[in-house]
Amino acid sequence: MSMLHTVNKSPFENSTVTSCISMCAKDSSILFIEDAVISVMKSTKFTEMIESSLKDFKMYALKPDLEARGLSLNNVIEGVEIVGYEDFVDLTTEHDSVQSWL
Amino acid sequence: MSEEGIVKKFMYVNRKSPYGTIYALESLEVVLITAAFDQDVSLTFTDDGVYQLMKDQKTDGIGMKNFSSTYSALGDYEIKKIFIDKESLEERGLSVSDLQELVWEDEDEDYAEKSSINLVSRAELSNIMSQQDIVMSF
Repeated sequence: MSMLHTVNKSPFENSTVTSCISMCAKDSSILFIEDAVISVMKSTKFTEMIESSLKDFKMYALKPDLEARGLSLNNVIEGVEIVGYEDFVDLTTEHDSVQSWL
Repeated sequence: MSEEGIVKKFMYVNRKSPYGTIYALESLEVVLITAAFDQDVSLTFTDDGVYQLMKDQKTDGIGMKNFSSTYSALGDYEIKKIFIDKESLEERGLSVSDLQELVWEDEDEDYAEKSSINLVSRAELSNIMSQQDIVMSF
């Protein structure tokens, strides 16, 4: 069973990103949307956690949410795939289920 | 009460990223209203609030209004005291060069543009905050 996890809160704001990563089964995917896109930026205090989790999960970040916040695509952690809304739709169909973390 | 009315020291503390919630935009609205009443207004950006001032925000993709250019009008409303928490920037791998430049014009010096931005530590913020009459958190 492959699951797509979506997270929409900043890792600085609450522990959702951290919880999601700790509860994710291997070969799951995590899609960061809205304020959660902050998670995939280089040089933050969460960068190391994201980088080390990349060996277990595929990670995606929604491009329009990065751009809205002035977050440079060049500063996204390597290995995190930057996707658009159409890819978001594809991801939901490619996985068996979706868990939306609130 | 004097003719000028009472002037109080208002500080607005901005702690959230823009667009994910309505707080950043609502704060900006209240700040402009307060300034219109000739009050002594200062702004603090701390925690995820520092993202509100990021340069190059492009909101076409999310279909929301880009209000980031409004911050540059703060100087015209005589808002000259903008405090940015240094530690919040550092935790996020950001520096002041990632943020918009905000200035005000000094009438006494032939309208010279002066920076409104003050980089401060949390200890300094604590001190500045304790001198306020009213602190509102967004």
